[in-house]
Amino acid sequence: MDLKTLTSLSGVSGDEYEVRDGIIKELDSMGVSYECDVLGNVIARKGNKGPKVIIDAHMDEVGLVITYIEKNGFLRFATVGGIDSRVLVSKRVLIGKHRTPGVIGAKAIHLQERDERNRVIPSDQLFIDIGASSKEEAERKVKQGDYVIFDTEYEELSDGIVKAKGLDDRVGCAILLEVLKEPWEDINLYAVFATQEEVGLRGAKVAAYGIEPDMGLAIEGTVCADIPGTDKEFQATRLGQGAALSIMDSGSIPNRAMLKELIRLAKENDIPVQFREATSGGNDAAAIQQARAGCPVASVSVPCRYIHTPCSLMSMSDFEAAKQLVIAFLKSVEGGFRP
Amino acid sequence: MKELVKKFTEGFGPSGFEDSIREIIRKEVEPFVDEVRVDALGNLICFKKGNGGKKVLLDAHMDEIGVIITHIDENGFLRFGSIGGVNPIIALGQRVYFENGVCGVIGSERIEDPKDLKLEKFFIDIGAKSREQAAEKVKVGDAGAFLQTAIDLGDRMIAKAMDDRIGCVVIVEVLRQLKETKHDIYAVFATQEEVGLRGARVAAYGVEPDVGIAFDVTGTGDTPKARTMDVSIGKGAAIKVKDSSLICHPGLREYLVKLAEENGIPYQLEVLESGGTNAGAIQMTKAGIPAGVISIPSRYIHTPGEMVDLDDVKACIDLCVAACQSPLDF
Amino acid sequence: MDIKQFLKDASMAHGVSGFEFADIAKIVQERMSGLVDEIRTDALGNIIGVRYGDTTDPLRPKVMLAGHMDEIGLMVTKIEEGGFLRFTQVGGVDPRILPGHEVIVYGKKPLTGIIGVKPPHLTSREEAARAHKMSDLFIDVGMPEEMVRDLVRVGDVVTFKRQVSELTSDVLAGKSFDDRAGVAVMLVCLEELKRYKVAADVYAVATTQEEVGLRGAMVSTYGIIPDIGIAIDVCHAETPGVPDWKTSSMGKGPALTQGANIHPKVYQGLERAAKELGIPVQPDVAPAATGTDAWAMQVARCGVATGLVSIPERYMHTSVETLSISDVEKAGRLIARFISSVDACFVKELKKWT
Repeated sequence: MDLKTLTSLSGVSGDEYEVRDGIIKELDSMGVSYECDVLGNVIARKGNKGPKVIIDAHMDEVGLVITYIEKNGFLRFATVGGIDSRVLVSKRVLIGKHRTPGVIGAKAIHLQERDERNRVIPSDQLFIDIGASSKEEAERKVKQGDYVIFDTEYEELSDGIVKAKGLDDRVGCAILLEVLKEPWEDINLYAVFATQEEVGLRGAKVAAYGIEPDMGLAIEGTVCADIPGTDKEFQATRLGQGAALSIMDSGSIPNRAMLKELIRLAKENDIPVQFREATSGGNDAAAIQQARAGCPVASVSVPCRYIHTPCSLMSMSDFEAAKQLVIAFLKSVEGGFRP
Repeated sequence: MKELVKKFTEGFGPSGFEDSIREIIRKEVEPFVDEVRVDALGNLICFKKGNGGKKVLLDAHMDEIGVIITHIDENGFLRFGSIGGVNPIIALGQRVYFENGVCGVIGSERIEDPKDLKLEKFFIDIGAKSREQAAEKVKVGDAGAFLQTAIDLGDRMIAKAMDDRIGCVVIVEVLRQLKETKHDIYAVFATQEEVGLRGARVAAYGVEPDVGIAFDVTGTGDTPKARTMDVSIGKGAAIKVKDSSLICHPGLREYLVKLAEENGIPYQLEVLESGGTNAGAIQMTKAGIPAGVISIPSRYIHTPGEMVDLDDVKACIDLCVAACQSPLDF
Repeated sequence: MDIKQFLKDASMAHGVSGFEFADIAKIVQERMSGLVDEIRTDALGNIIGVRYGDTTDPLRPKVMLAGHMDEIGLMVTKIEEGGFLRFTQVGGVDPRILPGHEVIVYGKKPLTGIIGVKPPHLTSREEAARAHKMSDLFIDVGMPEEMVRDLVRVGDVVTFKRQVSELTSDVLAGKSFDDRAGVAVMLVCLEELKRYKVAADVYAVATTQEEVGLRGAMVSTYGIIPDIGIAIDVCHAETPGVPDWKTSSMGKGPALTQGANIHPKVYQGLERAAKELGIPVQPDVAPAATGTDAWAMQVARCGVATGLVSIPERYMHTSVETLSISDVEKAGRLIARFISSVDACFVKELKKWT
């Protein structure tokens, strides 16, 4: 399945149905076996010799959920996952299974007092308008508890630069699917398409407990701030400079032998890589590392500008590099690499 | 013991980078235990066989706070992030060293308002004249520790990384003194405590003990205009009641209090309002494990000048030895 | 069972997080023992009552209920000159409710204390405009310092001194209904289950240390390995000054939560049970963490399908938490009905997501 299809699917944390269905269909057509667990993770299997290795990408994305329908038909919502409420105003959204269109409105600037204009509008003061004039009318289309995604088209902005919602972490899902196309034999590969990463690495935690892996690799769409106003030392990653290797984040410190091997493989195979030059943020690697008696982990990421907003950008060359590096690493495990 | 304190505190081992300190500790502890292994997160787990008693986990963390290089600029300055809780006010002007011996000093951008003292404004200068020259010595992702030698003040000592190498010293001394024990002792020198009790969590899962006791430093309220806290250095082992990571098993806590009283070991009760210990992770292991903490009171925690009183250290050792030799039936 | 009496007794019992064994645990154990086949306590003090299913099938589903019996409170950090006690909080205590409150200090014996404040006559206007910080407050037990030192130690716990007020025959106000009300719901549920033939084994767990990080639920769920876990807790009832869309209503039935923390099929099952019984429920949406034992239960081991039933309550984390007994009864009946619908087939469906 291509990135365009994957990113178009809806999958706010806790509501990963569309993404999961899409991935399952793809796995079926590839003839790859899989299981679902009680948290909704999809765990695909390939290879049955050698060490147990998790490759993890999360299916969920940040979004909104309808918490209340007002008498006059406006919808109150809460954010799911880390969203800066400043990006919400004046955006188009799609609500629920039937993708009811809506907009996030705000008081017109003309109607705002001067001192209001400089204030951030917190998300609990915002609302979604679906054009309904009463609660009853709204309830014919949406209900409390419906999830909301950003209405963003997938587009190629220029050669190899892609714009979409949910690149964090559909890029990872796309890479996992590509990896599963390879023949794997001397490795017990567990491809975990995880749920609920954005609300606390919850899918990966239980999946890793069940699998009890010998090592884990998280594949992420990660922060990239090579943008005006951000000094070089705070950019974390740069678009088009290759797959990003984590050095440490708030959830885990990569196993040093695994990191070293990833760097060696990149050099050997001419795969462009960069360090993720930041220590904040976290990903499923943390949950995998801490499962049961622990296992070594590392993270390979695709830099994505503007993650956790309605639209993010990435470079296909970075995607390609991350994919190549993951495959090279798993081959190296087949060849006998152990952390 | 002073030798051991010096050796341990001067060892290198920021969280996630404990290879070097682990070898230092391993060498000291190996003669006193039956078996030594290293787990997936780098914890050093030492086993001393007992005789039909309980499975007792003694924990001290061997990692220390430090820095990690996040960026090398064109002039060879290193930007860094903190490993664990590094206070910017204390970091500025400190010397750091890397595992390969490269040293540097922490400098800062021009700061006018002290409120702007943040690690983002700081950099490490290793004397490199260019990015290329710096890159020959270090790379992004390398970890550094603060550089300070241990100082012997007589009854008291100052060192970096007392948190928690002094706990490691306590456990090594306990193992040295414990000739025979009824209980199976698992001494865990844990990794990655400073970044979230990560080593202890998986080690405890693997060991699955009946009882867990952590040895770590705790704050004090005995310095000028200090926080309100009834712990002082020099007044004995601190038996923890609560910190932000756990409420110690009340039975075990009372048991330790009784042991201290019976054996004439000076002790004090401790409530730490913020901060956690590995016992928090041990307690939450599997279906739950009774856990407690014997703390070594320490001033100036998370600075390169952490101070402890050796009488307290001795009290902690005595209390732990007494506990290991007792039935632990609380 | 007289659930009102239990609510009153439980509210006035003490059991600060980590110290539940001192009082509340005994009351819960006593009341629960007649309703279950087996009762045990684990390393963190959780009380686990087991009611085995009514079939001989060896592979009975396991349903765990969790209501936490701990309460927020205070702990002595230092004995000051003059015998005044400094303290910290155990769980989330709003320091603004403390000035002038009566408390009980559990030293060698229970001591009544007062959280003293300066009289208004000696307080400047600027001072009066600032809320008290916990670090500025102290407890006065009205005893000479030597006597205090003899009776009180650092680490002793402190609770609010508070009688339950029966505001109406259905509305009670008191301390610690968060979450002794949840424990009451479990008792109602166990009682109610006598009327059903149940396929599942039910583990009713009065959990400990919820207020300091869901600790009791985390380890007890690990030990029990349930297929389904239902947390019972309190939620915010309507309060002047808080918009409707952030609260539920008191006396209008329990709230049912949906969101990432809740398995959709458990939510639907609870909703169905309510409909069958004609019990009104109030929908609640949690975007991520529910802040209840359900959050810990969901990720134990390989994952647990969780549900959350809440009793609307006013003034949470004060000593005058106010709730309706009818909501407690309804919640208990509703959960019992749901449990009666759980069989092996239902459990199997929990892993089917398409």
